[in-house]
Amino acid sequence: MDRRQFLTLSPARSTVAAPKAARTTTGIAPYSGPWGKQQILHLLKRTMFGVTPADLAAFSSMGMQQAVDTLLTVQPDPQPPVNNYGTDSTGVSLGATWVRAPKGDIDTENDRITSYKSWWIGQLINQPRSIHDKMVLFWHNHFVTETITVQDSRYLYQNYLTMHRHALGNFKALTKAITLDPAMLIYLNGYLNSKGAADENYARELHELFTVGKGPDSKYTEDDVKATARVLTGFRIDDANLTSTFNTTQHDIENKQFSAFYSNKVISGKTGTNGATELDDLLTIIFLQPEVAKFICRKLYRFFVYYEIDDATEQNVIAPLADIFRTSGYDIKVVLNALLTSEHFFDPLNYACLIKPPVDFCVGVFREFNVQFPSDYTTRYECWKVIHSTAAYMLQNLGDPPLVAGWDAYYQAPSFHELWINTDTLPKRNMLTDALISDRGFNFNMFIDPMAFAAQLPNPGDPVALISDSLDILYRIGVSDNLKAFLKGTILLTGQTQDYYWTNAWQLYIANPNDMQARSDVHIRLQALYKYIMDLSEYQLS
Amino acid sequence: MKRRDFLKYTAPATVLPTLLGGFSVKAFGATPLLQALSAAADNDHVLVMIQLTGGNDGLNMVIPLDKYAAYQSARTNIAIQEGKVLRLDGYTKAGLHPSMTGIQKLYNDGKVSIIQSVGYPSPNFSHFRATDIWLTGSDSNQVLTTGWGGRYLETQHPGFPDGYPNADNPDPLAVQIGSIVSPAFQGTDASMGIAITSATDFYNLIDGVLDPVPNTKAGKELEYIRLIAKQTNSYEQAIKKAAAKVTSQGDYPANNYLAAQLKIVARLVAGGLKTRLYMVSTGGFDTHASQAEAGDTSKGAHANLLGGVSEAISAFMADLRGLKASRRVVGMTFSEFGRRIKSNGSMGTDHGAAAPMIVFGDYVMQGVLGNTPSIPGASSVNDNIPMQYDFRSVYASILQQWFCVKPDELQAVLQKDYQQLPLISGVACGVITGIPDITPDEDKHLIINSPNPFTDRTTITYITGSGNTMVQIFDTMGRLVSVPVNKVHAPGTYTFTFDASYLPTGIYYARFQNGAVQQVRPMLKVR
Repeated sequence: MDRRQFLTLSPARSTVAAPKAARTTTGIAPYSGPWGKQQILHLLKRTMFGVTPADLAAFSSMGMQQAVDTLLTVQPDPQPPVNNYGTDSTGVSLGATWVRAPKGDIDTENDRITSYKSWWIGQLINQPRSIHDKMVLFWHNHFVTETITVQDSRYLYQNYLTMHRHALGNFKALTKAITLDPAMLIYLNGYLNSKGAADENYARELHELFTVGKGPDSKYTEDDVKATARVLTGFRIDDANLTSTFNTTQHDIENKQFSAFYSNKVISGKTGTNGATELDDLLTIIFLQPEVAKFICRKLYRFFVYYEIDDATEQNVIAPLADIFRTSGYDIKVVLNALLTSEHFFDPLNYACLIKPPVDFCVGVFREFNVQFPSDYTTRYECWKVIHSTAAYMLQNLGDPPLVAGWDAYYQAPSFHELWINTDTLPKRNMLTDALISDRGFNFNMFIDPMAFAAQLPNPGDPVALISDSLDILYRIGVSDNLKAFLKGTILLTGQTQDYYWTNAWQLYIANPNDMQARSDVHIRLQALYKYIMDLSEYQLS
Repeated sequence: MKRRDFLKYTAPATVLPTLLGGFSVKAFGATPLLQALSAAADNDHVLVMIQLTGGNDGLNMVIPLDKYAAYQSARTNIAIQEGKVLRLDGYTKAGLHPSMTGIQKLYNDGKVSIIQSVGYPSPNFSHFRATDIWLTGSDSNQVLTTGWGGRYLETQHPGFPDGYPNADNPDPLAVQIGSIVSPAFQGTDASMGIAITSATDFYNLIDGVLDPVPNTKAGKELEYIRLIAKQTNSYEQAIKKAAAKVTSQGDYPANNYLAAQLKIVARLVAGGLKTRLYMVSTGGFDTHASQAEAGDTSKGAHANLLGGVSEAISAFMADLRGLKASRRVVGMTFSEFGRRIKSNGSMGTDHGAAAPMIVFGDYVMQGVLGNTPSIPGASSVNDNIPMQYDFRSVYASILQQWFCVKPDELQAVLQKDYQQLPLISGVACGVITGIPDITPDEDKHLIINSPNPFTDRTTITYITGSGNTMVQIFDTMGRLVSVPVNKVHAPGTYTFTFDASYLPTGIYYARFQNGAVQQVRPMLKVR
């Protein structure tokens, strides 16, 4: 029995399986099992937004390490968002970028923030074959800011750049950059933090949400929060250069005492511009604490593998992974490489168990089916905007997580990822795919061309191969032979019993792609096939 | 605000005679919408469509006793023995396949109408294309993306699916027994129907049993999502409620997939579900080979298929009677095409054209519409049964006579005006006089041609009544060659010359249609 068969539903069983899912005890030793389509698809689906047949083909000849190395390739800064909205209060012309322009009036800022959110979706739709964009989203969920609070498009884009530049870099350096990031200084009031009456907002989250977390062994104290706030007094925003500055007169120059959790370290108060370097001292103290690496590794695990971390996982995966992370000096690529090449990651028991987050679901379906976007950029931004809103209606508003802790699906026990799916959001997911596969299409005439998708598969004229290859790339969970037989017999063959009726119809279409009837014969059936596949619960899993 | 809401909220408080979903019809005068609404609300009629997938061999289902010799010689290896053909009360020209005793009894009880040679101009011989034509109601050369049932339901529910289900419409508008909604129910924006996954899953739905999932993390999540999916099925409660009202049903034949589906339909109908359209299907009719047994042609694969259909329908009607719901139901069988007149060497038949349909129900008018198909004396492999009735005439007749749709609204559903056939008693829609059954005898010629055979030209003479008259010329493949007449005449006898000089030699059919009357005249062009 191969692993995939093991996962396939057994038609013989008629009772509900025990609710307790099978446990896995695999660890982070390098994976050395079979390497094929299933492993590549698992890796790509977890690290990218949907997988296209072309993506699969590009990786098919690579071994595991080469594939992971490719995915971990750092990407250059993106092309910035542009004025897609018309009138700009600071005179940015249509098609020109607004990211370095002066702050606009309220209307312009609203337009730019919409432009920014739309553009971000565009980045994901056009993502390179890299984990980079997914890591930016990971960090967005980690170092949360909200556009609705920051309300300055330039800072928001800078914040994006900060995350993008460090996404696969060093976590400590990222933490420092985020601490000094204007959007974060606004979001958690850092720019108001002054000596004498320190604002503890950022200081608390730096411990609780950004570094050591609040796991059972994370025992930082209220005094640590207060000391941290004092360390961080004096940082202000340089509105001209979109960076932070340091106001020496507002910095607390007293010594700061930390608790036993942080080895009773003391940060000596520094005067003048040296006061700013206390941040480095602070991060050094915090990053000595092993909880940092564990906390981040748990978050990476919940983002890329599964939400449940039992004792075996904590011991066999989280702890050794955290050691690697810490030993590397918090190199994000090193820890990701260890996770993504581990036998635990490729354990079949970890396949198909990730409920697609809304952004993954929405962007994924557009990418998987290579949905075509309008050529003029203003309409293209409108398309990206509607995809953004669609994901937002499904509970994931890119740019505006619900609160500083990020999306609750990533931390709220015991439901975690299941929080994405409820009686309101699941129909919305079905409605999106139903609309995309319909003749009328989704907004702005965006639609799935099922023939173009099928034509990329190895043997679309063979109904058995067509269904099998389609399910392979669209699902991660195996389906029963009964379902495959149904998809073939009832949908592709419309109840006919001979496979050649499909084969003939497909070949007729290929020979006469402009013949309306030949096209209709296969189009109707492929629409029904992919609609059905996307409506089943299996499509929600990655 | 949707139109229905508007009507509801602006309804006057006074009680007026015709109440419809809590509001008066008369108060608003005769708008097209209200005509449709009143028609919809005034009855609780249900249509059950039975799709026979694969292309049913109609000539072996309804056997032409009056042309038995020609029939027998066209298909010597599979012709049903004349003595075994089931006879119909008061009708001698044709009988039923020996396995269809259930339908025979229903016919003799006055509850079956058989419509001969239903098809459409220029038939398509591809399963896929022909199926799509039947389900969408399109012309042969036209691609439609909505189904005929969906278009009908859209006239009743213009805003669907926005706001559905609601207090006025708590039940699904259309139900497909099967895993996927038939294209017949496709509306402009959404499918108007829901699929009940299968006979088994339907009972699973009622009993609350979940499908198995693997014992993995993925299985756990899959089970969770399926649970939510079940909760979001807005019609689940309505279906369960209706099913729960029926605690005991009649007997159905075992190992009969169609019967299992119809049993579900009976349960839902009797349980009070207001669903209008049901679609069920059964396959295996693509009988290219071995459709009959060599030793006894009344047995074999096709006999089993027809016997299964007959038994299922018979059990369904008996069950509905027991549940006191039979008067709400009309059923019809259809298939994407019939089969060739001449059988092939492997004891089968190849893809053909027109074929009979069976319409059944308490209100259905007993009879056989049309004549037995014209069969050439020496049939060739290309010979097809020429259409006598357009399948959209059947749809139009059911919509008008069973769902009480007004003639002007039929246009919206079916795109054109189609001939009304006398299928359903006028009582069903409260019409005093139904459409008279006026299938003319073949010896009473309404259309003739002379000379026949002819070489280049022949003179066609037809006798017509009031209303629209149409004469179509088909070739032996069913292709529409021309429509020389399509206009309103004064009643009388008319003549025109059919010029076939540009056509190859062979058989042609001149089809005459005037109101509910039609007749097909075979014409032979020779050198």
